[in-house]
Amino acid sequence: MKTSYSSTIPASEITPKTLFEQRRRFIQMATGVSAALLANPLLANEKLTASASSAYGLTDELTPLKDITRYNNFYEFGTDKESPAKRASSLITRPWTISVEGEVEKPQTFDIDQLLKLAPIEERIYRLRCVEAWSMVVPWLGYPLAELIKRVQPTSAAHYVEFISLHDPEQMPGQRSPVLQWPYKEGLRIDEAMHPLTLLTFGLYGELLPKQNGAPVRMVIPWKYGFKSAKSIVKIRFVEQQPVSSWMQAGPNEYGFYANVNPAVDHPRWSQAKERRIGDFLKRPTLPFNGYADQVASLYNGMDLTKDF
Amino acid sequence: MPWLKVGVFLLALLPFIKLILGFYQDDLGANPIEKITHTTGFWTLSFLLITLTATPLRLITHWSWPIRLRRMLGLFAFFYACLHFLTYLILDQFFDAAAIIEDISKRPYITLGFTAFVLLTPLAISSNDTITRKIGSKNWRRLHSLIYPIAIVGVIHFAWLVKKDLSTPLMFAGLLSTLLLIRLFYRR
Repeated sequence: MKTSYSSTIPASEITPKTLFEQRRRFIQMATGVSAALLANPLLANEKLTASASSAYGLTDELTPLKDITRYNNFYEFGTDKESPAKRASSLITRPWTISVEGEVEKPQTFDIDQLLKLAPIEERIYRLRCVEAWSMVVPWLGYPLAELIKRVQPTSAAHYVEFISLHDPEQMPGQRSPVLQWPYKEGLRIDEAMHPLTLLTFGLYGELLPKQNGAPVRMVIPWKYGFKSAKSIVKIRFVEQQPVSSWMQAGPNEYGFYANVNPAVDHPRWSQAKERRIGDFLKRPTLPFNGYADQVASLYNGMDLTKDF
Repeated sequence: MPWLKVGVFLLALLPFIKLILGFYQDDLGANPIEKITHTTGFWTLSFLLITLTATPLRLITHWSWPIRLRRMLGLFAFFYACLHFLTYLILDQFFDAAAIIEDISKRPYITLGFTAFVLLTPLAISSNDTITRKIGSKNWRRLHSLIYPIAIVGVIHFAWLVKKDLSTPLMFAGLLSTLLLIRLFYRR
């Protein structure tokens, strides 16, 4: 390799100022575009549009897409909120199947494309309340889980539904740490699972789900803390006994099976009375059942929600 | 060695400058208040540990310069602790007295954090030469040995607040134990 240490530059080598400035603008533009591509993996995503109108509108201001896709609790890709956006590209979302099994008449394995066409996709603007006392407003795309449940015909012994997420440390590097017991597991009572608000979700903001938001298919249960809504689901199991979720295993006195949003029942270490909506400065009061009490409070009649937290 | 002090001073200011720049460039993520809280807390503990490194370093190497930097490093721990507390008071709670009183009395990690901050204050105040001379070196030493419980309480405060991932608090706990063990070893 020839190396020159000469400090004299021939005049022919000097770039004219106008050309230099042009180049500079070009580079700025190019780096700007590539930065936008990197920051927004959605650009690579397919569109997903609602084919049915929804009765579940909301007047709350939407959380910007940028914040929804860069601030995620998805421990499969690391425990801090920025990690999923940085690391979830290793997740392979096609091909993808979900096996539906257990106490059902018609156990079967659905391909993701089959599942996308199973029922009309609706846009549902839901509040999302994290157990860490922050919240967002997300325009999800999906259909009620009840649509799927009807097709597999649960038996009379199907009292609960268990959701199991993908377990593959190759694709999900966060699973190399034993911070939770993998695979991630969550569950609902059958009547909660059948509730029209309970959404089998494939997209948000008019696109298929970004990987860091639980692609290609996740649950959204808007009246419960966010961790109840399992992401990247590969198995749905109908069972007789109440399943044990990953967070119940991790901290049984901190995370219960129900995990309904409840400002009156504090987390053992912090208050749940208020929340910070992402983008807001002042905290706002948290609403019982995250503002969905009219629709869901009757599911819990006669229960002591301080015990069944 | 004035250049060393100036250099360390500027280095110690970097996390603060980075936060200010991040704030003005809207680069603190989706939840800036949480980011500021975590960053100032992290650097408070870091500077407490760096301050506690001066003596072990002298014991092992017989260098004297770490001790001459110690006061400034300790004051930086207090500086970041003040920012951490003010972030909680203003940005996080916005002077919501009821919520703050409930937090301090009911939530052990906040009780501990607040205690550590209160205990650190007289150490910062008594760090100037006039007061050091007034109270005498024996009293000064006794007062400043509070740094050990403060650091321990600070690390517990951190460990108690994380949701599940204890790796960073445990790293602080490991470093702090090492620093304290070196002192004990040389004392015998």
